[in-house]
Amino acid sequence: MNAYEPVLIKDVREPEAYTLDFYVKRTRGYEGLKKALTLKPNDIIEQVKASGLRGRGGAGFPTGLKWQFVLKDTPKPKYIACNADESEPGTFKDHVLMERNPHLLIEGCAIGCYAIGAKVAYIYIRGEFYHVQEILERAIDEAYKAGYLGKNILGSGFDCDVYVHRGAGAYEAGEETALIESLEGKRAQPRIKPPFPAVAGLYQCPTAVNNVETLCNVPLIVLNGPEWFAKLGPEKNGGPKLFCISGHVKRPGVYEASMHTTLRELIFGDEYAQGMKDGRQFKAIIPGGSSVPILLEKDLDTPASFDHIQKAGSLLGSAGLIIMDDSVCMVWLAMNLLHFYRHESCGKCTPCREGGDWLYKLLQRLERGEGQMKDLDLLYSVSNNIVGKTLCAFGDAAATPVLTTLNHFRDEFEAHVREGRCTLPAPWRARHAVMAAH
Amino acid sequence: MDYAPAQFHRSARKLAEPGEPFAYNPENQAKFDENVKRYPPDQRKSAILYALYLVQQQQGYITGAGMRHVAEQIRCTAADVEDVVSYYTMFYTKPVGKYVLNVCRTLSCALLGAERVTEELSEKLGITPGQTTADGMFTLIEVECLGACDRAPVVMVNDDWHERLAPEQAGQFVDDIRAKGRGAFTGCHLHVEKK
Repeated sequence: MNAYEPVLIKDVREPEAYTLDFYVKRTRGYEGLKKALTLKPNDIIEQVKASGLRGRGGAGFPTGLKWQFVLKDTPKPKYIACNADESEPGTFKDHVLMERNPHLLIEGCAIGCYAIGAKVAYIYIRGEFYHVQEILERAIDEAYKAGYLGKNILGSGFDCDVYVHRGAGAYEAGEETALIESLEGKRAQPRIKPPFPAVAGLYQCPTAVNNVETLCNVPLIVLNGPEWFAKLGPEKNGGPKLFCISGHVKRPGVYEASMHTTLRELIFGDEYAQGMKDGRQFKAIIPGGSSVPILLEKDLDTPASFDHIQKAGSLLGSAGLIIMDDSVCMVWLAMNLLHFYRHESCGKCTPCREGGDWLYKLLQRLERGEGQMKDLDLLYSVSNNIVGKTLCAFGDAAATPVLTTLNHFRDEFEAHVREGRCTLPAPWRARHAVMAAH
Repeated sequence: MDYAPAQFHRSARKLAEPGEPFAYNPENQAKFDENVKRYPPDQRKSAILYALYLVQQQQGYITGAGMRHVAEQIRCTAADVEDVVSYYTMFYTKPVGKYVLNVCRTLSCALLGAERVTEELSEKLGITPGQTTADGMFTLIEVECLGACDRAPVVMVNDDWHERLAPEQAGQFVDDIRAKGRGAFTGCHLHVEKK
């Protein structure tokens, strides 16, 4: 496994990595676009399909299929909306890609536009990434000047514009239809599907919504071929993958690996996070951003691929690995995450808007030591009345931290009720009750 | 425990003060006119977030008059604008301090002491989250995941970042901002890190 050679973030520590000069001269920058423009658009879609590239945003849907579904016979313009609203707790891979390798994304956007017949790509970047946006805008200017964007790209007759669109602080804008709503200048709230964005998306025109990392993989597929890409990982989980490791580990960061790599290697491997911080014991891992179920010590030998993690009872999601040591109280963890989901719920569907608030209040009461045993059943009941009853996956995501902690650590919840206090107060938590819960 | 409808959610309507009359200065007007060209001519509304950022940049926060001005620019109703302003967390409808300290409070940062960072900042500044100091220098806000979890705890100050702010350093951090302004921030630059 050590022979793996990074391709997405190999040069991120080079000081000039974000410049066009570096990208073209030191890597094979924009060669993918040159090659793509000699192919038929449909051939590119076929190549992406053959590579087995799956969306890196969270759902893992095959990108080639998504592009194929984009309506062909229509007089309307088509669009690519690049989802750079990276807000899932524990996820920061697109941040690194855009900050240090922005031209790869621009090249991916241009190839994507050519493949589906679009002329404009909007990169929807979250408002908090202002410093990243500046880098991205500068890179786009460079690309225009060098003729990789704009009219008649490289003499091929193909026109493509890439624009950055800054969001303003909304987790929900990461959902594809909510992202489109926000791009149209409205509140970021999801739409009823169908119709899917491939048929009626941005301005009711056919739209492909792709994650940053997904689009960054496209130039590599065009350049190196779909077989090369597929061979990098297990079956149906090909290609390079960025893993975001955070929490109680010695060396948190973004690591590129194949999806053969196990969770244990990622946490304890010398090339990766190098094990637990301060000599403490491993307790649990959230393997795919805060909205997926927890995995335990016994699951650590699972390869970190979409399919293997799913078989182990969780999801790879956005590959945001949050690692927790034995100082973490699981009631507190659920409360912390429900504070997030309660705050970020867009308010459109009642079960999620109201249910999230109820769950948070119940968890607060338990954490304060004022809970009762029957509250545990109430947590189940409220959670199960959110799951599957909302327009988008946010509702399920909000209920998951509660259900997964209850399923794996019910004894901790019971201990809170029995002893009337938090049984695992860690030194890194707030000292004053007022600050701990509000 | 209160089982009434949620006391808090972001869809709640917050009415803005009308404030002083407002219009873009020529520089911001030019920026807006340039930005709106990115979208199809019949889709001016797409520029609304950008238009609101310009208002906030010009007067520090967004007043009712600012919203009306944006409505004229976009050619939509003022209610449409207020609908958007009240939804997104990065728009302020009340005056804020010169430095807005946005402390990330979500899991990865919390595991490394973000709750303690807020406590220390709160104590140092003598305000609770959501408040502004009397001298108008600092506003303290708790925010949700900022997307730099490997460099926790993270604080966003206006549009700048400061990373790996240990609770013990929080008090000193405030003094540093007072002394050095933007120079006090680590920024968000991966390449300067030596691993």
